[in-house]
Amino acid sequence: MPVREDKRGQERVWETRGSLPEPMLPLPFTVRKTRKETHDTYTLELQSESRPGGLAFAAGQFNMLYAFGVGEVPVSISGDPAAPEVLVHTVRAVGPVTRAISGVKPGDMLGVRGPFGTRWPLEDALGSDVVVVAGGIGLAPLRPALYQLFRRRRDYKRVALLYGARSPRDILYRRELGRWDKRPGVDVHVTVDHATEGWGGNEGVVTALIPKVEFDPAATVVMVCGPEIMMRFTVIEFQKRGVPSEKIYISMERNMQCGIGFCGHCQLGPYFVCKDGPVFRFGTIETFFGRREM
Amino acid sequence: MPGPALEPGTQVVMESSDLQKFIDVLWRKGYHVVGPTVRNGVVVYDELKSVTDLPAGWTDEQEGATYRLKKTDGKAFFAYGIGPDSLKKFLHPPVVRLWRARREGAGFQTVEETEEPPKYAFLGVRACDLHAVAAHDRVFTSEEYADPSYARRRRDIFVVAVNCAKAGNTCFCVSMRTGPKATVGFDLALTEILEGERHYFVVEVGSETGAAVLREIPFKEATAAEKSAAERVIAATAGQMRKALDTTNIRELLYDNPEHPFWDEVAERCLTCGNCTMVCPTCFCTAVEDVTDLAGETAERRRHWDSCFTEDFSYLHGGSVRASAKARYRQWMTHKLAAWLDQFGTLGCVGCGRCITWCPVGIDITEQARALRDKGRIERPSVTVGEHASP
Ligand SMILES: Cc1cc2nc3c(=O)[nH]c(=O)nc-3n(C[C@H](O)[C@H](O)[C@H](O)COP(=O)(O)OP(=O)(O)OC[C@H]3O[C@@H](n4cnc5c(N)ncnc54)[C@H](O)[C@@H]3O)c2cc1C
Ligand code: SF4
Ligand code: SF4
Ligand code: FES
Repeated sequence: MPVREDKRGQERVWETRGSLPEPMLPLPFTVRKTRKETHDTYTLELQSESRPGGLAFAAGQFNMLYAFGVGEVPVSISGDPAAPEVLVHTVRAVGPVTRAISGVKPGDMLGVRGPFGTRWPLEDALGSDVVVVAGGIGLAPLRPALYQLFRRRRDYKRVALLYGARSPRDILYRRELGRWDKRPGVDVHVTVDHATEGWGGNEGVVTALIPKVEFDPAATVVMVCGPEIMMRFTVIEFQKRGVPSEKIYISMERNMQCGIGFCGHCQLGPYFVCKDGPVFRFGTIETFFGRREM
Repeated sequence: MPGPALEPGTQVVMESSDLQKFIDVLWRKGYHVVGPTVRNGVVVYDELKSVTDLPAGWTDEQEGATYRLKKTDGKAFFAYGIGPDSLKKFLHPPVVRLWRARREGAGFQTVEETEEPPKYAFLGVRACDLHAVAAHDRVFTSEEYADPSYARRRRDIFVVAVNCAKAGNTCFCVSMRTGPKATVGFDLALTEILEGERHYFVVEVGSETGAAVLREIPFKEATAAEKSAAERVIAATAGQMRKALDTTNIRELLYDNPEHPFWDEVAERCLTCGNCTMVCPTCFCTAVEDVTDLAGETAERRRHWDSCFTEDFSYLHGGSVRASAKARYRQWMTHKLAAWLDQFGTLGCVGCGRCITWCPVGIDITEQARALRDKGRIERPSVTVGEHASP
């Protein structure tokens, strides 16, 4: 993995090159399977005839997904980096493009450009406690990291997942969450903003789950993905507990039209979220993160 | 033709009466020649076949929000100041098609756009715009990705620079160290000189390609007097320049004052029309548009210039990140004068003054920078910016 000097003098640890030969041109992928996760969220499995080996990717990276004639949007890869033959995306239908993508059936095709962007710090976290905090659809980009953490479970100390959804019916990957919870050495806590009847679990914001897990602030890596406001409060909470900004990682969302640093839309201060992110070490973007309208 | 060895830096003299021959040679060598010409009261860049298309005898008055062409009885071809066009129009065109796709069964096939653009020769390019091309080279041909559309258009260009003989009232290239003399990125650089009845060009060779073109037209070695006449023209232009932008610690100045009330003042005037970004030779942002035919059988992706002043630019589901005029102006100016340095190792402003001239309310980036320097404060003045202005 090349280690390059960031232009602001901070280290940039991640590879950003897509493994597709032509970064501008969507490669057709065929939809093999679809699964309805919640009332508005679907997981798709895709394969490409021209690339039977699939797309090598790192946990945290995203693709630009194209629905024929409708448009293209950034979507994180939610599958297992150890099984790249199948490309897995989890999409929440919120507008025209994500609705078109969510509506595909097996046999349909989507265009794929990528993978783009930076990865979760799984290497950096070796030997540490790891706390993964997800809000809403933010669990999708973190799932590849969880797969890797579980696969190399013994190389990490304590591992915890804190997940917050709006309501019980918005919880993603329900069955898998149950399985993860039963794994020895993985501490899973789920909460919802608004409980409904029959929900016997936690109610409240995800930050309220932090006291439930044990970690050593001096040797913990935190990975956070969710709405910006949720990430802000989560980061503050971990900082209060003594986790340094250098050990907290967040994944940012910005409007993206190209994914490769040409269109300018994804800028945040000196960074292009598409190639310097989406995963950032919090200490790196601290001065720009959370500023109004930055 | 016997004569001086033509190496980069060599200066020769071409009579103005040979300019047509020069243009003809470029066409004959397969270039699509583009040069300045007057259209609808504005100097634009367009196809150039004849010297009679050049804006001879035209000059202009530029101020904030003002551009006015004036006819003089002068003979100079290049006495005008830059108009709204820059090479951006050709190398990073307002609209390009990136690819086309055709439906096939349940799926589709994509076909990359590979149409070869013309091989352009640009005549009359000013020093600031050469620096803008160098800036775009950094944007579009990074170590990670190269933009094939830009690379195809850029690769084989032939550049004939013209050293400015008059400073426009909105120019500030001297303070940005980008002009008025062309120092990089040209094949040939002309300085136009009128001395009594004599009208000639001192031509500086910039490349072997430039020398090869020169060898096909009449020229002679430049005398010491002719060379110093050219130097005087350039020095006089530099001396006329009224505007300046102080770039000392400019990055820190911008980064350290994002919440300064100064931004509210400029936001009251800014119409968020985006004119400044359209005329700016370094602004590079684009948006893509995916379109289909009525039957939905074919689709294509077009990429067009976009502006950080639009509401859609930063749209995320639920609303724009930069909803206010203040946030958008701040983004534009902070990108130009701070973030560019981090992203591309050069400032995103070459001091051409177009954004001042073409802003409908005359917002002036040099005055904005001065106001911020007067009012704001730098928290980390020790950070030096280095020789950012010379790409
Ligand atoms: C790095 C990254 C990873 C993402 N991963 C996922 C994921 O795994 N699953 C998922 O469901 N969603 C993900 N998103 C969000 C997803 O891209 C948006 O929901 C989507 O762009 C909305 O487009 P739309 O046309 O359906 O909706 P509209 O809201 O109508 O959007 C109109 C246009 O605005 C832009 N836009 C709107 N919202 C966003 C947004 N949040 N991010 C970027 N551009 C936006 C797009 O260009 C879009 O076409 C991710 C976004 C980013 C930046
Ligand atoms: S910011 Fe204004 S002066 Fe600077 S290069 Fe762009 S248009 Fe010219
Ligand atoms: S600065 Fe002037 S040209 Fe630019 S968006 Fe504002 S009003 Fe328009
Ligand atoms: S998405 Fe185009 S520059 Fe980042």
